[in-house]
Amino acid sequence: MDLYEYQARDIFEAHGVPVLAGEIARTPQEAQAAAERVGAKSGGVVVVKAQVKTGGRGKAGGVKVVKSPEAAAEAAEAILGMDIKGHTVKTVMIAQGAKIAEEYYFSILLDRANRAYLAMCSKEGGMDIETLAVERPEALAKVAVDPNVGIDAAKAQEIVDAAGFNETDKPAIANVIRKLWDVYNAEDATLVEVNPLVKTEDGAIVALDGKVSIDGNSDFRHPEHEQYVDHSKTDPLEVLAIERNLNYVKLDGSVGIIGNGAGLVMSTLDVVAYAGEEFTSADGSHPSPANFLDIGGGANAEVMANGLDVIFEDGQVKAVFVNVFGGITACDAVADGIVKAYEILASHGKTPKPLVVRLDGNNAEKGRAILDAAKLPLLERVDTMDGAARRVAELAAAQN
Amino acid sequence: MAIFLTKDSKVIVQGMTGSEGMKHTTRMIASGTNIVGGVNPRKAGTTVDFPGGQQVPVFGTVADAMAATGADVSVIFVPAAFTKAAVIEAVDAGIPLAVVITEGVAVKDTAEFYNYAKDKGTTRLIGPNCPGLISPGQSNAGIIPADISGPGRIGLVSKSGTLTYQMMFELRDYGFSTGVGIGGDPIIGTTHIDCLKAFEEDPDTDAIVMIGEIGGDAEERAAAYIAEHVTKPVVGYVAGFTAPEGKTMGHAGAIVSGSSGTAQAKKEALEAAGVKVGKTPSETAALMREIMAGLAG
Repeated sequence: MDLYEYQARDIFEAHGVPVLAGEIARTPQEAQAAAERVGAKSGGVVVVKAQVKTGGRGKAGGVKVVKSPEAAAEAAEAILGMDIKGHTVKTVMIAQGAKIAEEYYFSILLDRANRAYLAMCSKEGGMDIETLAVERPEALAKVAVDPNVGIDAAKAQEIVDAAGFNETDKPAIANVIRKLWDVYNAEDATLVEVNPLVKTEDGAIVALDGKVSIDGNSDFRHPEHEQYVDHSKTDPLEVLAIERNLNYVKLDGSVGIIGNGAGLVMSTLDVVAYAGEEFTSADGSHPSPANFLDIGGGANAEVMANGLDVIFEDGQVKAVFVNVFGGITACDAVADGIVKAYEILASHGKTPKPLVVRLDGNNAEKGRAILDAAKLPLLERVDTMDGAARRVAELAAAQN
Repeated sequence: MAIFLTKDSKVIVQGMTGSEGMKHTTRMIASGTNIVGGVNPRKAGTTVDFPGGQQVPVFGTVADAMAATGADVSVIFVPAAFTKAAVIEAVDAGIPLAVVITEGVAVKDTAEFYNYAKDKGTTRLIGPNCPGLISPGQSNAGIIPADISGPGRIGLVSKSGTLTYQMMFELRDYGFSTGVGIGGDPIIGTTHIDCLKAFEEDPDTDAIVMIGEIGGDAEERAAAYIAEHVTKPVVGYVAGFTAPEGKTMGHAGAIVSGSSGTAQAKKEALEAAGVKVGKTPSETAALMREIMAGLAG
């Protein structure tokens, strides 16, 4: 889960990382009031910053330096509602202005390849770090961090030495890096990035911007992270799926997908997309997946009903593919689930859409017999994954 | 032979007395696994009766279980919040193989127990968030259904559970030496490369199926390894060609971020290493059939 900059700022502050004053605002009026409070510490100068979970907001005009509360309100008026790479700005942060002497870069992240953590640090901050890594890799120090040791005094020294900071700056920067490690470690983060980490004209080291990603699997020991779950930007169908405890991702196509197991569902999306290339809808498009939905191992009637319900709610869906390989799950139980799901949906007055079911593996014959006997409206059975994908794409293309 | 798990493996189950542990221990016993004990400090000294009449003793610690039974494999079903402690206990006891089935383990915990095990150097970890491994006809450590496929001479390594089942089913007439589900988390104990190396060295494996998915660069690194070190034929499949950037597809590790981790990049890397890559699971199975038919002829 990615956090907003203002949330990262608050977490930094809680762990003793030096940050500047900042408040969030959702209207120009709130921005003006915030600028009066925040600007009092910096001679009236504040920075109005769009709060979006994407990069490049500066270039998009989402960051403005202003010198009065009135100007902050105007800047907020311009920034709120702005679209930055598909993200609508709903919140701005009013941050205290700073006199910057130098800009640095620091991050710590999960290093999947080495199965450890990696600290990255550069004297040349402020710019796009991916560009720096490609164009001047020698300017970006990369230091491996042992998860069981973390960034202790020696490791922090190693990082600032590798980055080549001036001797006089090293102790203060190393100190901030150790506090950023505390953030990473204590909050179960998978990324903590500060770009820029700055030295101000009076010599203080300050985290001027922050990006933090948190591991959702750590929620059991972080009930406080619940506050960061952002329901506002989520697709309404995804919200419905979360309420139903389903592992669902909304996509753009017309073929609803339900399967068991993340890998099989991902594979199903691909197979449907390939099959879709063979068929053309009336509007000239090719059928493609409308969603990712993994109902997991259990695949009982209620889960199946919830899944079908969410997919039938999706107005873009023209046809649905239920692709189940019975491993531990027996296919007869899945077939029973589909039959009961139809009953549940009918009792709620929901109309089914064309449905293609492929059952294979454990008790496949029994499962297929149950579906055949039930004679459910608009339901077809195809017994191979590739064949079923072709049929569902054909059905989706034929619907208008 | 087989890799990592054979008919001689003596298996204990950490978390055996929980509901998932009971269900799958029953299945493992039914498929012929030599289950020699369970571990639960609160139930030490008791025995558990399984269908078929087998009585399995429960020990207080992994070390006690190993001392009493000579166990060399532990399958771990404990809840995510306690998985790190369970793995560290198994590593401290020096068990040669620990198979971590539990899903939803915090990546910080995995990073810590993986590096702990690596520093000790005596325990191979498989998982977490994996279906485990099966050497059909010999032993089954985890949740892979034993009745999908019998023994044979194909080796399989996969990030995904259900795709493992699908592929074993497609190739059940040939059968498998060992199928290993390594899991799809960002950090895993045993990688594609570890399995490729073991299959290359296994005299009872003739060809290898490798199943990957989007996210990370494990498949690219496996491709480089294959080019250098693997002489046996390898067939590949990668799931997630149509997955959009920035959306996590079920597995915590299955996400395309920027230009890295795409299925296309993985496919190209594998093909450059001489691996035949199928577009669908069925096509991948067909490629393997050609290879097996060629080896037989």
